Amino acid sequence: MNDQFIIETKDLRKNFISKSKGKKKIVEAVKGINLAVKKGEIYGFLGPNGAGKSTTQKMLSTILSPTSGEVRINGYDLAKQPQQIRQSIGYVSQAGGTDSMSTGMENLILQSLLYGLDKETAQKRALQFTDRFQMSSFADRLAVSYSGGQRRRLDLALGMIHHPSILLLDEPTVGLDPQSRAYLWDEIRNLKEEGITILLTTHYLDEADKLCDTVAIIDYGEIAAEGTPAKLKDDIGADSVLLGFGDINTSKKSGEILSKEIEAQGVKVEDKNVHLYIRNGERELPNILRLLDSNNLIVESISLSKPSLDDVFLKHTGRSLREDDK
Amino acid sequence: MKALYETRLMFQRSLKHTVRNPIWVFLNLFQPLLYLFLFMPLLKSLGGVPGLPAGKTVQIFIPGLLVMLALFGSAFVGFGLVDEIRTGVIERFLVTPASRVAVIAGRVLKDVVVLLIQCILITLFSIPMGLSVNIEGFLMSLLLYAVIAIAMASMSYAFAIIFKSEDTLASTLNTIALPISLLSGIMLPLALAPLWIRDLSKANPFSYAVNASRALFSGDIGNKDVIIGFIIVILLAALTFWWAVRSLKKMAA
Repeated sequence: MNDQFIIETKDLRKNFISKSKGKKKIVEAVKGINLAVKKGEIYGFLGPNGAGKSTTQKMLSTILSPTSGEVRINGYDLAKQPQQIRQSIGYVSQAGGTDSMSTGMENLILQSLLYGLDKETAQKRALQFTDRFQMSSFADRLAVSYSGGQRRRLDLALGMIHHPSILLLDEPTVGLDPQSRAYLWDEIRNLKEEGITILLTTHYLDEADKLCDTVAIIDYGEIAAEGTPAKLKDDIGADSVLLGFGDINTSKKSGEILSKEIEAQGVKVEDKNVHLYIRNGERELPNILRLLDSNNLIVESISLSKPSLDDVFLKHTGRSLREDDK
Repeated sequence: MKALYETRLMFQRSLKHTVRNPIWVFLNLFQPLLYLFLFMPLLKSLGGVPGLPAGKTVQIFIPGLLVMLALFGSAFVGFGLVDEIRTGVIERFLVTPASRVAVIAGRVLKDVVVLLIQCILITLFSIPMGLSVNIEGFLMSLLLYAVIAIAMASMSYAFAIIFKSEDTLASTLNTIALPISLLSGIMLPLALAPLWIRDLSKANPFSYAVNASRALFSGDIGNKDVIIGFIIVILLAALTFWWAVRSLKKMAA
């Protein structure tokens, strides 16, 4: 494997056995993921809930053992050197893992001690981190009283306290108010500036787009596409036209006609909407409308946009990530 | 050494939780106190039946009651663990290089300390009611209760890790704890029971613990019942502790 990559996986797989009505069924949660994460980048898994993002991250964090495949993190082999990997990584799960019946300070100190730091260093680090993440005003209160944003800062500090070179973040900004979210994004960027490699999962398009250097689109346990957000969007090579219709029949019929008559790179019918990927969308729009009008198909709404990561997701998986959020 | 140090860290954390919210230490005392004040007087008039010598009912009843406290007081500690699994605390510990044994052992030690405090309090309450305490035997009996607590708490944690749900945990533990206590001669001596119940109780490890506890309270430290009782609960504790640690290691996998 290559030195340039700090996290590498080869054909990483995870099967779960689910039992329903006495029958055993194998569920393939992760179906052969190959990863190559560069040192110092922010790498994002973008995908809906249940796509296998968290499962993959849990395997990388050593708490879930892979069914098969190879993993190398920071030069260590997951199967043989989990303890070294644990020292190299920080992991912040979606639940966070704050002990709410302890104070923030106690949480931080215990975490340091568990990583083998001595008492004095643990104390010093805890103070540094409460300072850095602006927690000084509440660090001596029990964590049960923290707001969502305060708790998330403590989670992040707990993941960073032993100065890992890699940080794994599972849905870092779910449920946060915009202000806390912006704060966390800034902190994640700062960590990158310090040379830390960050692998995060998200189902927020803007998070993947604005925060990540590389995005892997993951769906049904597989990576459907990978690249920088700019490259992924460029690859679509077309504008996105979204036409809304009154009912599903009309949208279906319109989809059929449009795919026959218009030179588009892709036509996808989704519920009452038709997505059209087309070069020079502005110029084509009148033709599209004329065509629909002559077929007595009534368009209720139109929008034209430059491609977004959602369009990338739609192109590669056949569904929209936005739909999932509803 | 590392595991011992980490066990101490985990123990201190758990103990701090208990000190911050000591209400449970006392709520758990409520049930044995009810037995002490509302049930034990009924036994007085039964004195003289087999296994319950007249005038000695307190001496027979309290050692059994303490075993019951050890059983039930420690059986439900898994609820706290379910909560910490759900909120990701346990997962966070598992991502650190800390010993898995320490994660369980620290909690179990805290449960032992809480139980011993409760046992001492119940014993103190019982002295005015006529209990005579042989110090040596009492200290040995505390050791016995500590081992029972290790066994029950570990079992509770193992179930908590496997089920990860309060509801399933509650019904499972109740299903197990009730027959265990009925078949151990805690309330009334098994000498009163028909033969088939006595035979059944021989399969219950805690019936030996109750015998040992009674022998210790009477100051009969070298009694065969004491040795058998200790051996059985120590084996049980070792088994359930191993089971809990193994379940934790396999939790996510």
